[in-house]
Amino acid sequence: MSSTSRGRLSLKVGAILFAASLALTACGATVNDSPASPDTSAGTDASPTENAGGGDLSITFIPKQLNNPYTDVVLGGGKKGAEEAGFTTSNVVGPLDASASSQVSFINAETQAGTSVIVIAANDPDAVCAALKEARAGGAKIVAFDSDANPDCRDVFVSQVVAKDVATIQLEMISEQIGGKGDIAILSATANATNQNEWIKFMEEELASNPDYKDIKLVSKVYGDDDDTKSFQEAQGLMQANPNLKGIISPTTVGIAATARYLSTSEYKGKVALTGLGLPNEMRSFVKDGTVKEFALWDPAQLGYVSAYAGKALADGTITGKSGDKFTAGDMGEREVGENGIIIVGPPVRFNADNIDKYDF
Amino acid sequence: MTDTQTALPRADIAASARTRRRWNPRSLLSKRESPVVLALLLLVLFTYLANPRFLAPQGLKDLMLNATIMMIMAAGQALIISTRSVDLSVGSALGLTAFLTGTLFATYPSIPIIVVFLAGIAMGAGLGAINGLLVTTARVPAMVITLGTLYVFRGVNSWWAGSTQYFAGDRPDAFGNLSVSLLVGIPIITIIAIIVIAVVTLFQRYSRSGRDLYAIGSDPDAAIVYGIPVGRRVFTAFVTNGALVGLAGVLYASRFNSVGAVTGTGLELQVVAAAVVGGVAIVGGVGTAAGAAIGALLLTTITGALTSVGVDKFWQQAVVGGLILASILIDRLATLRRARNLRKATS
Amino acid sequence: MTDTLTPVAAPPALSATRGAISRTLASRPALMTYILLVLLILASTMVPRFAQPRTATFLLLDVVATLLMAMPMTLVMITGDIDLSVASVAGLSSAVMGVLFTGGMPFGGVVLICLLVGLACGLFNGLFTAYVGLPALAVTIGTLALFRGLALVVIGDNAVSNFPPAASAYATGSFGATGIPLVMLPVGLIIVAFAVVLHMTPFGRTLFAMGHSMEAARFVGVNTKRARLLTLMSSGLVSALAGVFWTLRYSSARSDNATGLELVVIAAVVLGGVSVFGGKGSIWGSVCGVLIIGVINYALRLNRIPEVVLVTITGLLLIISVVAPSVVASWSAWRHRRRRAREIDSTITTAGALSA
Repeated sequence: MSSTSRGRLSLKVGAILFAASLALTACGATVNDSPASPDTSAGTDASPTENAGGGDLSITFIPKQLNNPYTDVVLGGGKKGAEEAGFTTSNVVGPLDASASSQVSFINAETQAGTSVIVIAANDPDAVCAALKEARAGGAKIVAFDSDANPDCRDVFVSQVVAKDVATIQLEMISEQIGGKGDIAILSATANATNQNEWIKFMEEELASNPDYKDIKLVSKVYGDDDDTKSFQEAQGLMQANPNLKGIISPTTVGIAATARYLSTSEYKGKVALTGLGLPNEMRSFVKDGTVKEFALWDPAQLGYVSAYAGKALADGTITGKSGDKFTAGDMGEREVGENGIIIVGPPVRFNADNIDKYDF
Repeated sequence: MTDTQTALPRADIAASARTRRRWNPRSLLSKRESPVVLALLLLVLFTYLANPRFLAPQGLKDLMLNATIMMIMAAGQALIISTRSVDLSVGSALGLTAFLTGTLFATYPSIPIIVVFLAGIAMGAGLGAINGLLVTTARVPAMVITLGTLYVFRGVNSWWAGSTQYFAGDRPDAFGNLSVSLLVGIPIITIIAIIVIAVVTLFQRYSRSGRDLYAIGSDPDAAIVYGIPVGRRVFTAFVTNGALVGLAGVLYASRFNSVGAVTGTGLELQVVAAAVVGGVAIVGGVGTAAGAAIGALLLTTITGALTSVGVDKFWQQAVVGGLILASILIDRLATLRRARNLRKATS
Repeated sequence: MTDTLTPVAAPPALSATRGAISRTLASRPALMTYILLVLLILASTMVPRFAQPRTATFLLLDVVATLLMAMPMTLVMITGDIDLSVASVAGLSSAVMGVLFTGGMPFGGVVLICLLVGLACGLFNGLFTAYVGLPALAVTIGTLALFRGLALVVIGDNAVSNFPPAASAYATGSFGATGIPLVMLPVGLIIVAFAVVLHMTPFGRTLFAMGHSMEAARFVGVNTKRARLLTLMSSGLVSALAGVFWTLRYSSARSDNATGLELVVIAAVVLGGVSVFGGKGSIWGSVCGVLIIGVINYALRLNRIPEVVLVTITGLLLIISVVAPSVVASWSAWRHRRRRAREIDSTITTAGALSA
């Protein structure tokens, strides 16, 4: 009795589920807006009905990872910019971990959704390339921001500041703070992040060529993967392995905060200089207690804001990403596309005990 | 028929009692925790010889602080593993309790620290109760249930926290100083950990319900026949483990900077590895919380030791993996030898 | 006439429950298929743009790695073992691939070596588990760390991205109008191969026997050690293949590729009906498990539902999938007991009426 009744039970369950789903189908059929379109070939011809010029424009931001305070400020500015620029819908999607491959599924979903503009900060410049190319083939415009993708797969790259300036300002600060000579180390984010590697490269070049820095030696580079605990432990490791370290540069907000926490709870507080790129709200307590003298950043919201406008300009056809193209970025004024499709937002800002209370991000 | 049972003559009984009372150094070496303690001592010794800074005050402090959270979690996991189960949701649970700590301090800046401790422990115990309930009532392997709750708790954490993160500056200095101030040369949070682990170990070995856990792990069917309330004991083990994880979460918030949606991701397998290294057999029935804690200490020390000696950090994870394998191998060989000796002794 | 009461057989409560559980799980693949079909129908109608060939491409490409790893995992778990190192083997294979290819080795040779590396990893796991006698859970926790660590040693912090365009195109391309990825052909063959081995060969039957009782299988003459070694080696080999695919699909060989995938694979096969205790499971059930999770994730992501919801749903699915059969079994056992009790009562009453 039991054997067939077991099989019958699952059949009954299956039949009920089937019937229920058919019923839901009947009700839900009217909700469905775009019917199943039998596309001929994958990727070459898309049917984004929203993109038929002058219609609804949609923009989606894909940051490196969600739940990152710096990213949130950027996205806030981006949302504001998207509204002002005239996008009908703006979305934010992203992975919970800043890994190379996790962004691809989100790009694919956007391609399928027919989004007009995708704004992405790439975890790995090449891993996202194929997916971005498919999105472009489907008619989307790609704006890279914060961390560039391979230039072949994006239309423009919006950079917060001139990459070289980011490097030089951090070197200036560390040099001031350690008295012009000594060993320094860099605590970066992930080993593949395009922006990080660019800044580090400029720093190394500057250290080698600038006579002011001839007594400063870069002894170590470690990676905290933008994870608070890992960055903390890497900072620990730095001090263990390099007892004569005079200064640490951390060009990532997660890294500098974690390092500051470690230094402020250890005997190195005040003895080892720490600078880099940090968020004022995160770093305020460390500036007040003397762990950190000065650090830099820019207004991240502006980055998102300009990116949104750049996306609009691309979607409208005002610019194509060629060097020399100009567009208006709302309140931020006119912006010009530079070499290699790069758009600069503005100069960096230094934060220290005097001005840190003025900022709220 | 002659009674062939060999009864020990009275003189022999007295003699064996005497030897039992005398402290036998061999018995110390054959304890389950000996290999890991030995390994730890050797590791520290060799690293110190290579780089004396390893045991400088800051270095020592870092060692202890790094290990504290993992030690507490491994101790709790030992309780679970000894019943032949496993709890994979501990990383997500830690994230939740750490975020609770951050939220409490940020919303009620003048809240007494002890209240936050109690709240964290209570939340952890609650999460453990959910696991325990599912495991005992559904009669399904704990690994699968806790794998499910790993995802569910992480989802709840992400939903609750969103992109909010609380930083060290949002918590009172007194709380953060628990990870900085020393008492007899040991950081306060480490002292808390040591006391808690000692209590759990004593409970495991000397209390009725603690010893029942070993029985359940050794032979679940026999335990039921013997009359042990298996369901209740396993449920209590999960709740206790949850409470310990809750405590670890509060201490995490004291030591590290940010607590948010992804805090604690990936810790579970490290915790199980630490327990296994510390002599807690994965098949259940043996191993103490103290052993698991020492295993955790060993694993966290290895990372620091390798950095101090200057070993390329890329080798660290491989070394940790090799260590785990070596420790289970040694444990197995020791068990085989013990079994062989027992057979020789009784034959 | 003798007053013969037909003796009421004592209700075999315990074996009925156990029998009920095993039969529920036996028809599990059928249930999984229904659920998958239902999900597909719901998704196609309620999620806009789901019913497109493009979905087939993206969705299947997303799940290929998990699907591949789920095949040997099914076999491994049916024999009562478990392999937590699958994702690390994939990562190691990816790292080796990157380093060898940059070193100038021809692509075919690179792939071959990666597969051999995977086989070696599986051999390592198998030797320690089956021949030395260590518990598979503990060994594979160790090798999870060891293999991932070796991947770090091999490739460090670098990422290699320039692989032969033909290979990358094969990994990401699809069959014209249908949208089904090109790689589904070899993947499908692998699935069929595993299904044949598990369900249609004597070897597969011995795996089930080993899961039910390793001792009994050994007494019957099954070479349990060799069987366990073979399943774990197949796990290593297929995981390495998954690593090669991952690398080509994302054009990126890194040491942290596929991190964390082992838990997803286990969740999927358990959802599909594999029992952690061993002795139960099916290839088709595991395939359905992987696809169910894949379809849910894809449909929700297409609707821009946040990741957190996806993660929670996966967990709830897993819990329900193991708790439900247990609940169903105890409910039906309770019903069975009540029915028997009523039968006994009525028989006694009848007998009483007869004898009165």
